[in-house]
Amino acid sequence: MKLALFGGLYSNYLALEAAVADAQQRGVDAMFCLGDLGAFGPHPNRVFPLLRDHDISCVQGNYDDSIGHELNDCQCGYADPNDNYFAQVSYDYTLQNTSADNKAWLRSLPKELRLHVDGLRVLLCHGSPRRTNEFLWQSNTSTAFLDRLADEWATDLMVGTHSGIHWQRELRDGRRYVNVGVLGRPENDGTTNVWYAVLCTGSDAAAGALPCTANGTSVPISVNFVPVIYDHTLLAEKMQQEQLPDEFIQTVLTGWWTTCLEVLPSHERRMGRF
Amino acid sequence: MSTPDVMETPHIDLMSLDEIWFQVAGTVCNLTCQHCFISCSPHNHSFEFLTFEQVETTLVESVEYGVREYYFTGGEPFLNRNLVRMLKRTLDFGPATVLTNGTVLRPEWLSELRTAEEKSGFSLEFRVSVDGPTSEINDPIRGDGTFDRAIKGVALLCEHDFLPIITMTQTWDDSRNAEILQQFRGVLQKHGCHRPRLKILPRLKIGAEENRTEGYAETERITHQMMEGFDRSQLLCHHSRVVTNRGVYVCPILLEASNGAMGDLLGESLHPFPLNHGACYTCYQFGAICTNSTLRSQKSD
Ligand code: SF4
Ligand code: SF4
Repeated sequence: MKLALFGGLYSNYLALEAAVADAQQRGVDAMFCLGDLGAFGPHPNRVFPLLRDHDISCVQGNYDDSIGHELNDCQCGYADPNDNYFAQVSYDYTLQNTSADNKAWLRSLPKELRLHVDGLRVLLCHGSPRRTNEFLWQSNTSTAFLDRLADEWATDLMVGTHSGIHWQRELRDGRRYVNVGVLGRPENDGTTNVWYAVLCTGSDAAAGALPCTANGTSVPISVNFVPVIYDHTLLAEKMQQEQLPDEFIQTVLTGWWTTCLEVLPSHERRMGRF
Repeated sequence: MSTPDVMETPHIDLMSLDEIWFQVAGTVCNLTCQHCFISCSPHNHSFEFLTFEQVETTLVESVEYGVREYYFTGGEPFLNRNLVRMLKRTLDFGPATVLTNGTVLRPEWLSELRTAEEKSGFSLEFRVSVDGPTSEINDPIRGDGTFDRAIKGVALLCEHDFLPIITMTQTWDDSRNAEILQQFRGVLQKHGCHRPRLKILPRLKIGAEENRTEGYAETERITHQMMEGFDRSQLLCHHSRVVTNRGVYVCPILLEASNGAMGDLLGESLHPFPLNHGACYTCYQFGAICTNSTLRSQKSD
């Protein structure tokens, strides 16, 4: 089985279009999105028809919960006043520009999706299985902790997004945690592309892929992180037209994060410029 | 500190053991800050240093509980001669954070730690206590000359490519927070710290601080009513325990409390705890004051 797994979209409909085309070319069996459809980018309604037309099942992110229920903020939980300021600007814009129908749809999304793929138990969530807005960064998440989550949620493959940088780790008995990254904005590495993941299991897995032996099975799993190049200058123009903060536009154009940096552990923070 | 009837007090369950704290320097510190909530000093041996073996045993045990990250505190952790070794070992298990006053750091330790951090892939965070952007604000509380010494420590950390988090215990009016933060960013820039991470913490009115100011009023306690709908994950005791040379305690704040000790071993320390202390009230009001995480409350759990 071959699945395309998209992380936060942040209204980046141009990147979503490019990712869908890429995934189709790879012949994936199904596509999923792990939530946070809005935020940051322009014209929040534009991702919805793409998701529906391509049968992309979605998990509800913290942003979707907030916009759907018209809450006061995005529940990202930033504590830095500066981060909060920018987070609020994009939240208010997204709230104002998301249609009532789309808000209703966001409200209806599940907090998690469970799939059975080639005998593997796959759990798709937004932050962590236990908490929608929990950040799981590579450098501040022990393997013992991920193993505990995999035990408690009885899953062989735990897939999430939320933090914005892709990574994966092998767990006990060949189980996996995969953070698929996000399509919404680049990864704070000075390149303008965004990322998603292709999960291949069973006979679709890459040659030599390690098997998951939990749950009495022996199913090979391989994960391929895919860079997506899209028309980021067009996105930046649209953001400008919508008068979104220049700090966000710079991120799209340069590949460096400029705000909401206080949540990063030092390892991930060092990778960036600011 | 008087404690009201335990039955009237809400109890908190340990949801899961996400963090382990090591009281690695006990209550021994090279400084004697006037607001120290566990009254640390060079002469306070109420809690003693942890040994490398105690840390090692706990690390191994922690795997079974699925612990996510480890914190090292005191006193001043770097007074413990085994700290560097302990931190390096910890980075085999997961991310580590040290709470230090920044005044005794040595370049050779930091080089060694930076190399170990890079190799492990887990973050090693430093939280340095400096109680304001000037010696005029800091020194009356932390001692003469401590501002300059701590800032030197911060600069040394930055030279070694660490990104220290500066924590300030707030001794000024809320209205000055923005100005203080701005001023501190400037000071840090000047000392080669180009990505300042600053966190303002509330005072905990126990230990030395109780003598310096007023302590908690009888009414400053968490009630059952207050806990309704409250996001318990904001309280450290909901997801961590602290290992000391005298056994496992509920949190690094209540070391001196009569009921703070939970058991000799981790496995004996997992029962619920009554939130019957004034300090609990501060945790409730401010939330997440002890962890690096800047997460505020959110409604879904
Ligand atoms: S506040 Fe920190 S630096 Fe000051 S005496 Fe207490 S432990 Fe030492
Ligand atoms: S002082 Fe804070 S962390 Fe300690 S038991 Fe009370 S609420 Fe929990």
